[in-house]
Amino acid sequence: MPLTQTSDKYEWQRRERNQQLAIWAGWFAGIVLFLICWKVISDNTIWEFLADAGVQGLSLIDRMIPPDFSITGSLMLPLWDTLNIATIGTALGVAMAFPMAFLAARNTTPHPVMRGFALAVIVSSRSINALIWAMLLVTIVGPGVFAGIMAIALRSIGFVGKLLYEAIEEIHPEPVEAITASGASRTQVLAWSVWPQILPAFVGTAIYRWDINIRESTVLGLVGAGGIGLQMNAAINNLAWGQVATVFVLIFGTVIISEWVSAKVRGATS
Amino acid sequence: MSIAIDRVDAAKKGHWKPLPFVSDARLRWALNIGVLVYLVLAYFSVDVNWARVSEGMERGLNFVASFAQPDFISRGGEIVTGIRESLTMTFTSTVIGVALSIPIGLGAARNIAPLPVYLFCRTLIALSRTFQEIIIAIFFVAMVGFGPLAGVITLAFATIGFMAKLLAEDIEDSRADQLEAVRATGAGWWQWVNYAVQPQVMPRLIGLSLYRLDINFRESAVIGIVGAGGIGATLNTSINRYDYDTSAAILLVIILIVLASEYFSGYVRKWVQ
Repeated sequence: MPLTQTSDKYEWQRRERNQQLAIWAGWFAGIVLFLICWKVISDNTIWEFLADAGVQGLSLIDRMIPPDFSITGSLMLPLWDTLNIATIGTALGVAMAFPMAFLAARNTTPHPVMRGFALAVIVSSRSINALIWAMLLVTIVGPGVFAGIMAIALRSIGFVGKLLYEAIEEIHPEPVEAITASGASRTQVLAWSVWPQILPAFVGTAIYRWDINIRESTVLGLVGAGGIGLQMNAAINNLAWGQVATVFVLIFGTVIISEWVSAKVRGATS
Repeated sequence: MSIAIDRVDAAKKGHWKPLPFVSDARLRWALNIGVLVYLVLAYFSVDVNWARVSEGMERGLNFVASFAQPDFISRGGEIVTGIRESLTMTFTSTVIGVALSIPIGLGAARNIAPLPVYLFCRTLIALSRTFQEIIIAIFFVAMVGFGPLAGVITLAFATIGFMAKLLAEDIEDSRADQLEAVRATGAGWWQWVNYAVQPQVMPRLIGLSLYRLDINFRESAVIGIVGAGGIGATLNTSINRYDYDTSAAILLVIILIVLASEYFSGYVRKWVQ
């Protein structure tokens, strides 16, 4: 923190001059980049459409109110499908993520090549959104709940695998040493020293992912992968915004409940 | 206590079992039975067309095989345009979203905002967090028309929910004695936020912004499905045409960009802290 002496007093500045200049240069470059990006977007936008955007938005909301609750009964089965997609998908995803995490963690991996493979699987699964997985699976196995379940499972591998292998890398080495010193085999070491240490993180991560998956599975129907999204898509295509609003209310309620459950369980395990 | 002594006695006789994860026996059994009942219910209500699934196996293998020979060329122009649009959307929306989430995050922190402001900001955050990006995108496409602008607004809106919530939590967790010390010097509200709060939350704010940049890129690949710009439309078309070689090329580009951004943000985070 430099002090400069002028004729009669000291002046305090937070940074050295060069540091300050570098920060200004960084800001300048960022702003220039932002303006360039904004130009690209502006060129691809038909600004005339924006003139009535407020009116359009208000009329959309106006058509959603009041929600058409007469279809609530027929939405219960799709909602149950959505819950199944999220829950079974999470269970399958966690089951597949489990071995991947042990292969990917530096302290439990059997071989660096296996570690590279597991990391590649985890990154690919994480990079691709559940909706993209669903689009792919709908063309491969046909539309329906099964495509949704597999999409959720494939997306969950990366998320659960990453958090889990980080948890494995952070375990205390002492219990591992103690169990190894008692003459335990490799599997016994994993079962009696590694597993008990990561169990709370494991349960917490799985429940957290389940909570996210509930949200994601509500929209999988947009691409034909089952659940309440199918009804939402149909209602949007029919411009029946009152029905869309009902679906939104149901989604909102489900998400709130699942978030509450997830927070409770995570609070109890950590 | 008696349970612990029982366990020691049993262990002395050679019967040792690890402590159960759920210590309350009734809750443990209720959970087990609940899971069993759910599985039975789910098994009978999820109907899967196994004939169709096994029919699709061949196509599944085709898709996996196409990762070995991705086709960057035949739709090269569209891929480049789409990815460029996705990247610009990502950057613009993250900047706008972060800029907007700072005041909202300040307003949603109970220790520095008055109650009415707090409730307003929290409601905004809850709204933004509940709905998936794609639902928000449908709404904004209906409002401002097809194109990347709808995507930018969508992603910026989603960014607000994410950033403002985490920022508010971070501000609420900041050390109270530093806030008190700066306040005791007679600082006004702005000086207080600038010199007591901001230095405490800045490293996390930068880390979260980079993380959100990453998320926004991944989302920008999806919202194109409903017409909000980006690579999603090209990807959707290629999948629907069973043109898996092009799909594989696009997915590989997405994976590589996510990897690069993860590497870059890890580097920046280390440098900031």
